[in-house]
Amino acid sequence: MHAFAELFDRLDATTSTRSKVSAIAGYLAAVPARDAGWAVFLLSGRRLKRLLGAAELRQWIREHTGLAEWLFESAYAHVGDLAETTTLLLARQENSGRELELSLGTLIEAHLLPLRGAEEATRKSALMALWRALPLQQQFVFNKIITGAFRVGVSQRLLIRALKQVSGIDETILAHRLMGQWEPGATFYQRLTADDDGEADIARPYPFFLASPMPEDHTELGDPQAWMAEWKWDGIRAQVVRRDGQCFIWSRGEELMCGRFPEVEAAAGSLPDGTVIDGELLAWRGDAPLPFALLQQRIGRKSPGAVSLKKAPVRLMAYDLLEAEGKDLRGQPLEQRRQRLVSLLAGHSDVLLSATVEAEDWQAYVALREQARSRATEGLMLKRRDSTYQVGRRRGDWWKWKVTPQTMDAVLIYAQSGHGRRSNLFTDYTFAVYDGDELVPIAKAYSGLTDAEITELDRWIRRHTLERFGPVRSVEPNWVFELAFEGIHPSSRHKSGLALRFPRISRWRRDLSLADADRLEDLHRLLNTPI
Amino acid sequence: MTATADLIILDDHGLYCPAGDFHVDPWRRVRRAVITHGHGDHARPGMGHYWAEQSSLPILRKRLGRYAPLEGLAYGQQTRFGEVKVSLHPAGHILGSAQVRVEHDGQVWVISGDFKRDADPTCAAFEVVPCDTFITEATFAYPVYRWPLARDVAGEIHAWWQQCAEAGRPAVLFSYALGKAQRILAELTHHTDEPVLLHGAMVDLVRIYREAGVHMLPTTPVAELGGKTNFAGRLILAPPSAAGSKWLRRFKNAETGFASGWMQIRGNRRRRGYDRGFVISDHADWDSLIRSIEECGASEVLATHGDTEILVRHLLERGIKARPLRTPYGEEDAGGDQAQI
Repeated sequence: MHAFAELFDRLDATTSTRSKVSAIAGYLAAVPARDAGWAVFLLSGRRLKRLLGAAELRQWIREHTGLAEWLFESAYAHVGDLAETTTLLLARQENSGRELELSLGTLIEAHLLPLRGAEEATRKSALMALWRALPLQQQFVFNKIITGAFRVGVSQRLLIRALKQVSGIDETILAHRLMGQWEPGATFYQRLTADDDGEADIARPYPFFLASPMPEDHTELGDPQAWMAEWKWDGIRAQVVRRDGQCFIWSRGEELMCGRFPEVEAAAGSLPDGTVIDGELLAWRGDAPLPFALLQQRIGRKSPGAVSLKKAPVRLMAYDLLEAEGKDLRGQPLEQRRQRLVSLLAGHSDVLLSATVEAEDWQAYVALREQARSRATEGLMLKRRDSTYQVGRRRGDWWKWKVTPQTMDAVLIYAQSGHGRRSNLFTDYTFAVYDGDELVPIAKAYSGLTDAEITELDRWIRRHTLERFGPVRSVEPNWVFELAFEGIHPSSRHKSGLALRFPRISRWRRDLSLADADRLEDLHRLLNTPI
Repeated sequence: MTATADLIILDDHGLYCPAGDFHVDPWRRVRRAVITHGHGDHARPGMGHYWAEQSSLPILRKRLGRYAPLEGLAYGQQTRFGEVKVSLHPAGHILGSAQVRVEHDGQVWVISGDFKRDADPTCAAFEVVPCDTFITEATFAYPVYRWPLARDVAGEIHAWWQQCAEAGRPAVLFSYALGKAQRILAELTHHTDEPVLLHGAMVDLVRIYREAGVHMLPTTPVAELGGKTNFAGRLILAPPSAAGSKWLRRFKNAETGFASGWMQIRGNRRRRGYDRGFVISDHADWDSLIRSIEECGASEVLATHGDTEILVRHLLERGIKARPLRTPYGEEDAGGDQAQI
């Protein structure tokens, strides 16, 4: 753990990506394969699942540090990170006898993993013992491991670069080997960095290729004939893997979603073995999508009942074919992959095929994009006809071209401090619109302001706080902000009767007074206009 | 005790003593002002007459002008405002910082100003002054704040400076120009005798500390060096306001650090993009706040600065009468963005 804590400190003490890559590579080369495997697991943002519950963990930390619940929670809200709060509070305690030195692998495999499914008393005493025995400089890393994802400014790509430095294996192959859900077993690290993959994992998806936002000046793309366009559907991006008689559905966040969408699995069941489709899950009825809010209700259900299956039936809209007859097609040009996809789906009406959209020139594309909302889509996707299927977000071959968002003007009424690098700073805002004389909350938004604006607003909030509810402050209604959003739907769960899709701040409207803010009835009117 | 009997009240201008007709650290113009210390949020221009601890007078003259009507008091020396007895006692915050003891009609109130309990070679150590009511600062009033030894932190700063030197890079350390910079220069004498370069805003203040007899590393103003100076391996002290400025560009390929109690929280450092954060504060940490309140024996505590609610609620739970006072001290300071020059 000492070496891993030191790696963490080195990563934390630099903003240079080159130093980070060399620090990771140096660590991986120096430690035993078992530790290296767990380090890769943690640095890629994975967490030890089903280890400890968040609530019990907080309770034990409070017991261990002897603080009142409200005081602990205030400190946590102030710091914005549970692991860091815990570490700072533990640092208040006795510093002698903290000499337990474990390797990263031993700590996880011998001390933490056995806690899964153990009695509460066993888990609690094991944790308390580790809090007492581990050296203070390792506590932060330890608390990060037990509280969840490790975020140290190390992206997947950076980790892969370090792995390439150590192993000489191609970045694309490494990215593929890191996909999916795994916990490092005894031979994981050797296989990850081996020349030959050995046996294939039948569930393993491919890294997603992500589109970049369209450049301001779309003529940069050159000849329109070199491009293929599709509608940009508003669902959940997913990869459906059909191999060895089984079907696996992966989200873009590399979560396995099996069991959640039985109708999609059933549809994929008729596809031949050795097929991988990149597409979008959509709540769908007849020949049109249902609102995203309905799909959202399905996301949370691990095994949906008959009612939700009927209320929000889900279909796969296929975009791309990544594997056919067990062969990786990602190196082929898009047009060829598309042809194979079309013929593959010819006899499968239960899997939707994303239609291509034709236009003669850029002006015609602009006009098409304007129709996106009326077709219940978010805009257009532009893909270069000869593009390969790449890894991650690479600019150049795939562009997303969203419709201009809808906007409204709303009043800031609550603020809460953020987490991570936004801790100790009010960055999470709640906005309201007038219903008669009353301000009714309409949306929460976290993004859209510049750092300078956030700092200025933070100071204003501190001086104009009306009331505090735990970490939340209500402020004097004073500022109007323009919020952009992608859609508006009726909602019985909100007092406003409305739910906005992806609200964010587009402008601080210092020029507007409270009287200029939108009113609730204006927004309800938007519901009735065709989307 | 009813509100009208309070020895110190909050009016539009600041903390006011009606019985003696004077203010403490007022933020608007008043006739008579007792000043706890020379930071900008406590010592403001335009008052009719000032009283302050004598070693803080050079700092106040720099801030308020040569002709400001200042009167110096020694620590412990008693003066009268009508029937009210006033004396100043060391607060351990910066050079000449004082707590204000106010006595009238058998009542003793103490206004802490900013204070700390940690060792500091640049100023007199905090003195516990027994009182009935203690008006305390609460800048770092969360149990997550507990300061490491400043001498150890100076060791970290020195190690960082050496790492930068080995890498052929300048090390730019941001800190408040008054108090913190001099404390760092003094603590660094345990680790080295190499000279340190100073931003212009710090030059006079360092000189004032030297004239007060504070032992610090030798210093050179950056402005005295030529345009072609190679800064690799040098340590440069600058106020936070210099971050991102044109002035900073001359230190090519520099690593940056910030010395502040706010650096205890990782998110504060990451947000500002400093390479390193050093936890060193001239304010009381949580334990020091609680300990000082207990030691002065006050039956009532009023809290100013920062998140006073947390301290107030904690004290109430421990059976100590407490309430917040809304003052503008340090408000801009949450997160340590502002330069206190």
